[in-house]
Amino acid sequence: MIEGVVHRADLWASYIWPSYILTIGGMAALLVWSLVSMRNAEKRADAMKRR
Amino acid sequence: MHRFANPARFLRIARFATPLALGFGLILTAIGLYIGLFASPPDYQQGESVRIMYVHVPAAWLASGGYLGLAIASATALIWRHPLAVIAARAIAPPGAAFAAICLISGSLWGKPTWGTYWVWDARLTSMLILLFLYLGYLALSASEGERGGERKGAAILALVGAINLPVIKYSVEWWNTLHQGSSINVLSGSSAMAPEMLRPLLISVAGFTLLFAAIVLMRMRAMIAEQRVEARSRRLAEAIA
Repeated sequence: MIEGVVHRADLWASYIWPSYILTIGGMAALLVWSLVSMRNAEKRADAMKRR
Repeated sequence: MHRFANPARFLRIARFATPLALGFGLILTAIGLYIGLFASPPDYQQGESVRIMYVHVPAAWLASGGYLGLAIASATALIWRHPLAVIAARAIAPPGAAFAAICLISGSLWGKPTWGTYWVWDARLTSMLILLFLYLGYLALSASEGERGGERKGAAILALVGAINLPVIKYSVEWWNTLHQGSSINVLSGSSAMAPEMLRPLLISVAGFTLLFAAIVLMRMRAMIAEQRVEARSRRLAEAIA
């Protein structure tokens, strides 16, 4: 069912898919960036504490 | 509020709240967008393109709500000089700017099939573009003041002055004749002109996006606190060696 919807021409022509791809992609990028930078910073802080 | 401004206490709360906000945010966003895409009806006038609403409205809400948070954090930093308030403001700005950009681009994509154009210098669109510029200005000024070792007061003042744009965004569709439609939801009275089949997925998406935004801000704040601790320890070590 989902595959049929994904390939529906009117959802591309109405800019629905581009809007969703942009939003979900942007949100995912923000989540990954904040998660990775938090993990790295907390690891560095822990390593520094142990020194 | 002062009790929570203690970084150690804040970190305890943030470590507990981050996975909850992230988990529930992902679940609610997935449910809201799934219903919005596959289970909600098309609009009788706009047809299928109304489905852009389920990403455009949460992005607009977070861009404006985020800026309100940025202004409150900046006021707190200026008045009470809480270091945590500066960190909160710096953590809110990047996702706020990203959502302002997403709101503008998705709105522009929605405008093409609905209005026949990607962009008009309409009061709502223009005030939203100014919000994006305010976010970018805050980020640039804060980074530049931080590099010079300043307290980022200029950036905080810019964030406060820019808050005047928030009521302009909210009431632009009432004060001026705009191509952008008026509000369909009145938060104060709790009333809505939307069909429940569309309102439900929209509210679920807004709740999910808000929780994900909160998770991003908490993770950014935790990263900045950890970075500050590393810098402080490095300075102490360097002083001890010297």
